[in-house]
Amino acid sequence: MPIPCSRPASLGLVGCWTVASAGGRILSLGCLLAALVSGAACKRQAARGTAVSPTASSTADPAAAGAGGRARSIPTAQPGLFNVAFVYVGPVGDGGWTYTHDLGRRALVQKVPGIHTAYVENVAEGADCEHVLRSLARKRFDLIVGTSFGYMDAMETVAAEFPERAFLHIAGWKQNGTNFGNAFGAMEDMKYLAGLIAGGRAQADGRLVVGYIAPFPIPEVVRLINATALGMKQTCPGCTMDVRWINAWVDPIREQEAAESLFAAGADVVVTGADTTLPLSVATQKGRYAIGYDSPTACDVAKERCLTSTYWRWEVVYTDVVQALRAGTWKPGAIYGDAQSGLVGLSGFSEGEVPNPNIPSAVVEQVRTILGELRAGRFSRFDVFAGPLRDQTGRTVLAAGQKPTQSDLLGLSGCSVCMSFLVEGIRGTLPRK
Amino acid sequence: MLPLPRGYRLVFEPVLDRDGSGRWRLLRSLASLGAAFAVAALVLTAAGVDAGLAYRQIFTASFADVPALSDTLVRATPLALCALGSALAFRARLWNIGGEGQLLVGAWAAVGVVLHGLPASTPRPILLIAMLFCAAVASALWAGLCALLRLWLGVSELLSSLMLNYIALLGLRSFVFGPWSEGGFGLTPQLPRSAWLPRLSDLAERVPACRGLTVHLGFVLAVLCVVFFGLVLSRSRFGYRLRVLGANPQAARAAGLPVERDILWALLLSGACAGLAGFCEVSGVVHRLSDRFSTGYGFTALIVAWLAGLQPRWILPAAILFGGLLVGGQELQPGGIPLLLQGVVLMAVLASEALLRSRPRLLRPEAGSSDEPSGASAAATAAQKSDHSEDLP
Repeated sequence: MPIPCSRPASLGLVGCWTVASAGGRILSLGCLLAALVSGAACKRQAARGTAVSPTASSTADPAAAGAGGRARSIPTAQPGLFNVAFVYVGPVGDGGWTYTHDLGRRALVQKVPGIHTAYVENVAEGADCEHVLRSLARKRFDLIVGTSFGYMDAMETVAAEFPERAFLHIAGWKQNGTNFGNAFGAMEDMKYLAGLIAGGRAQADGRLVVGYIAPFPIPEVVRLINATALGMKQTCPGCTMDVRWINAWVDPIREQEAAESLFAAGADVVVTGADTTLPLSVATQKGRYAIGYDSPTACDVAKERCLTSTYWRWEVVYTDVVQALRAGTWKPGAIYGDAQSGLVGLSGFSEGEVPNPNIPSAVVEQVRTILGELRAGRFSRFDVFAGPLRDQTGRTVLAAGQKPTQSDLLGLSGCSVCMSFLVEGIRGTLPRK
Repeated sequence: MLPLPRGYRLVFEPVLDRDGSGRWRLLRSLASLGAAFAVAALVLTAAGVDAGLAYRQIFTASFADVPALSDTLVRATPLALCALGSALAFRARLWNIGGEGQLLVGAWAAVGVVLHGLPASTPRPILLIAMLFCAAVASALWAGLCALLRLWLGVSELLSSLMLNYIALLGLRSFVFGPWSEGGFGLTPQLPRSAWLPRLSDLAERVPACRGLTVHLGFVLAVLCVVFFGLVLSRSRFGYRLRVLGANPQAARAAGLPVERDILWALLLSGACAGLAGFCEVSGVVHRLSDRFSTGYGFTALIVAWLAGLQPRWILPAAILFGGLLVGGQELQPGGIPLLLQGVVLMAVLASEALLRSRPRLLRPEAGSSDEPSGASAAATAAQKSDHSEDLP
């Protein structure tokens, strides 16, 4: 098994003491420093969507992932074509977040003629990304896509410097109305359905706990946890939800430990909000169930025990934006793709797919009905969170008949019911403000 | 063991007349760099990459034009400050490897002053000086913890400074997700404009050539610090005592030097330098704290410090070189090549430390005693061993 990124520092330390006990202080110091530096480098990569995931590589298509990487050089724009550059926070082979964005990039190239794409992977958030963005802008890429929340400030800065280029940011909230827009999607719709499935399975097994592996206590994640719990309550009113914060988007070890801990605490189904497929494998080992995230093929590692996967299809946004840009009709704003757009999906429930046979058949019908309503626009995220809505202390957040606004759901400034509470039925806490 | 012919043995004899400074160190650093680039070229070639092209692209992306150079200097700024901090401590044989944590604490303090201390309407120079001062003091105290632990309890500063890195990171996280969070996201609010270090690109409206040049005043601060501490180390009494402490602590103690006080001050100053790096990053580059603020500069700077032979006057060139590697390597796909280079540079520099202080010699088999070590070479081996255990810079 490959050594996960989060561990080399400690392994290095062990190595150091071994060497130190064998004499040779310089060597041991060298070991220690090398371990630290490699650990630091790993940490820089271990933002959203990276790390060496033993199972992730099996879901990624190595040949295809390598196809772009084979260029093995600094990306350049090609004159005469429409050039799009993608900045990824992790490696394209992560089998999770970055992988789904790269699927989107590849689909874009196939669907839209006359287009050239390039990507830069493993770009850390914060101080590191600004010069990458600027360098791509200097190289005359027409559209630059940043796929991580932490690129937001840097994209705003660089977009202001290069008004002739277009910038699209994923998962943030900033825009400038001229050349910088953002995009995200109603993953809460799919998490709600995943909650229905998890609750249905737990009810059938009589083990009334659903687990959730939660990356960070930010509004996006809290929204998805709450949506899952609300779905769970529909099919299993007596269920409670147990939450484990792992403080990472990707950390194979912590994801595995969180899954094991949740199963040990009695969870029947574990829903993961992190990026690797390890929790799915743990479910197989324990003979229980899990629900995957990010990629439509996440369930391939545990076909029997993975009930479904809530996934992203980014080509929906990418083709729309590129076509609008080429037609000169793009108005940078906030794109929020829902089930109608096809940006978010639930594996096993698209046309031609068969749902996992371990989902109770009544629940399959219920999910199909709601999915149909979602796609028809008769049901939406605002209905998922419609009142009466109580938080875990029993306080009424939204009275019957009330619905939240978009900024409430996103937890943006101006929200009145901000996403800083966990709904009734969830065991877990958020950091105190 | 080397596969030597029967009877031949390789020993390392201590060399006392090479003091490990000046010409030899420069030569050693250049040779380490050369070795690193050669090894990396082999790996690249094995992976089917044109190494020459890759190196040309790294160079183009980091040094070839003014905007690229500006990006490189932005990266070199925190590297130089952290490396300076490490070098100050290392010269006194104090293994402060907590630069990363001290950088985080410095950034934390600089942001804290703006969020809770001074109003946003404070004039820019006053606000910046307050941030700078608080960052330096907070990190100095953070590093001072290691000094106190060592002086009072005999805890090795190597361990305590390493562990404090993780405490600093977790502490920072609890602030950006908790009391300082903006809307529950893992970010503090963006600092007001008056808390931003001036960038060259601020002049873009008057001087169009400055558009996109992000090099900020922090680089000047780094240069001043390097010059100042270089003079302190080479010209002042305090610097002399530090060098004595590093060369021979027993002698320093026997000579009645205030060893305890000097250890404390060396670690305080070392921490303060790393704290300034944190201030530069937060005020000059990212303008807010986030849970991803940790950049790894504090660790990379350890390599920079060793590459510079722990000599302040070589820290800037080494930091700029590494800044260029980071900038140029970032865009090179697949990533990882610069990391490989860093690792090999570090190992080569440290390994050459041994060569600098001892001379390899091949011993021919002696008549009659083909396998037994001769008395002379055994003594040499023993001397070499003690040399290694005692003789860091």
